[in-house]
Amino acid sequence: MSDRTIEHYVAPIDENSAVEVDKVKLSETRSNLWLDAWRDLRRRPLFYIALAMVLVVTAAAFFPEWFTSVDPKATDLAKSNGAPEPGHPLGFTFQGADIYARIIYGASTSLAVGVLTMLITGVIGIPMGALAGFYGGKVDSVLSRIGDIFFSIPYFLAAVVVMSVMPSKNVLTISFAIGGFAWASLARILRAEILQVKNLEYVMASEAVGRSKFGTLVRHVLPNSLTPVIVYLTIALGAAITAEATLSFLGVGLNNVISWGNDIADAQTSIRVAPGSLFWPSVALTLTVLAFIVLGELLRDALDPKARARR
Amino acid sequence: MLMYVVRRLLQAIPVFLGTTFLIYFMVFSMPGDPILALFGEKTPNPAVLEAVRAQYHLDQPFFMQYLHYLQNLLTGNMGTTFSGQEVSDVLARAFPVTLKLVLMAVVIEFILAVVIGLISGLRKGGIIDNTNLVVALVLSSVPPFVALFLAQYFIGIKLGWAPVTVGANTTWSAMFLPALVIALTIYVTGMRLMRGSVIEAQSADYVRTALAKGLTRRRIIPVHVARNSLIPVITNTAASFGALIAGTTVTEGIFNIPGVGKVLFDAIVRGETVTVVSIVTILTILYIIVNILVDLLYAVLDPRIRYV
Repeated sequence: MSDRTIEHYVAPIDENSAVEVDKVKLSETRSNLWLDAWRDLRRRPLFYIALAMVLVVTAAAFFPEWFTSVDPKATDLAKSNGAPEPGHPLGFTFQGADIYARIIYGASTSLAVGVLTMLITGVIGIPMGALAGFYGGKVDSVLSRIGDIFFSIPYFLAAVVVMSVMPSKNVLTISFAIGGFAWASLARILRAEILQVKNLEYVMASEAVGRSKFGTLVRHVLPNSLTPVIVYLTIALGAAITAEATLSFLGVGLNNVISWGNDIADAQTSIRVAPGSLFWPSVALTLTVLAFIVLGELLRDALDPKARARR
Repeated sequence: MLMYVVRRLLQAIPVFLGTTFLIYFMVFSMPGDPILALFGEKTPNPAVLEAVRAQYHLDQPFFMQYLHYLQNLLTGNMGTTFSGQEVSDVLARAFPVTLKLVLMAVVIEFILAVVIGLISGLRKGGIIDNTNLVVALVLSSVPPFVALFLAQYFIGIKLGWAPVTVGANTTWSAMFLPALVIALTIYVTGMRLMRGSVIEAQSADYVRTALAKGLTRRRIIPVHVARNSLIPVITNTAASFGALIAGTTVTEGIFNIPGVGKVLFDAIVRGETVTVVSIVTILTILYIIVNILVDLLYAVLDPRIRYV
């Protein structure tokens, strides 16, 4: 080592005042995961398209009369499988009902099943996954084994069984039939996420300042583990709409309700002569499911800083 | 490895008991007479009714009923369909057809996932990559029964390129269209796994070494990049094999393919819930078995799994 003397330069106090540093920080735009995600989403055209689709479906579900003045249940057998005509842009079903009006009135069924199933999945899946991941040990063993059982029955088959024996087939029962089994995947995803989050410093800090274990879970661990949950639930909403339509298509779905799945099932016998009554509800169904899945995918990208950096 | 196999099999026992109990519980804890509920809106023939009552031992306590049901299940006695055939016979005849359909779908899915995933991964962020992602996303959002109807209408009826329905003629070529449609609606997951691991592999040390020692891209991409990226795609494909065996109901119903799914489809449509419950139970057990095999396959392919 040379015997060079090292000079330390210490800046005079007025040159870097702590006050100035704080001021700079305060004037900067606040940034957190959600703001970053929002900034990312705002720049993506696909986000607006998907959002518009979701808003249209929601509007049709709540205010179908905004979109059509035709009664979806009115049938005129003279127009069975009829071609489009003024006021009836998509033509008529086999029964002679207006296809467009039935699509508009079917939106509420799909949306209701999607949202209810999402809620049921979340209400069961979040506590199961959170408690198993955070407490570990015996709690984890018991909850995860219960989850394994539900996870091991393909949820569509389970829904078929439930709906087959269910005496009343309505929006609530079908949502329970789907969500009652779909939660197991959500619980697994959340458990894995919490296993990573719970060893971070701020969790230790929270316990060190005397917050209870459960308080720490609710206040710090859970909010920081919600990203994959939100993505999963958005995509699950789309999947539930598909499941409802498929169950209705098989004849174990909803009774006496206008539903895209029911209409597609009814139209399949006349697929050769009048494909329109099968095609248009299928388009509505596919676009709605696609909108929710795209939203979920965009959220996944936007909420993951690593994915943002890769683009 | 042996320890891993034993542990994995032991873990499956509670899952097996739990799932069968759950299915049984769902059916037989419904309010009212469960046997009448099983027949839905139909009025059963008294002889059939008695046979079903005897089969399910409803005069005994609930837990004993479940044990009888389990015993029947393990001895292959799954009752009869409404037309008097043994459910186990019907399934034994239908199973090879389903296996054929699912195998074909899974092979197509694997090829699509590997080829498209590789191209996307090599051209990360480019226009081809983005198009691939969007196309896969759209295809995976189309509800399977809609996709099947569209294929049936446009390719089967309009163009006449494939049989509209399969029926008794269960050759590979007759079932190609439904298998392709299934593959198209599920390849997205495998494709993404492939794309992700190709991107990762391109910056891996062994690929840099191969480049440094002067190998050409033509050799590095198939031998070093692609081969090492296959593990997650293989296990994903194996997992979808299980899901497909349990989920061909709609496909086989629409294309009239006489497999297990079609048996289930008919039973659902006719409201033969007894048969529905038996088949769902069998499919669930199959699903569990395939999932165990997938886990074992994973352990064979990736030694790190065994020691967790």
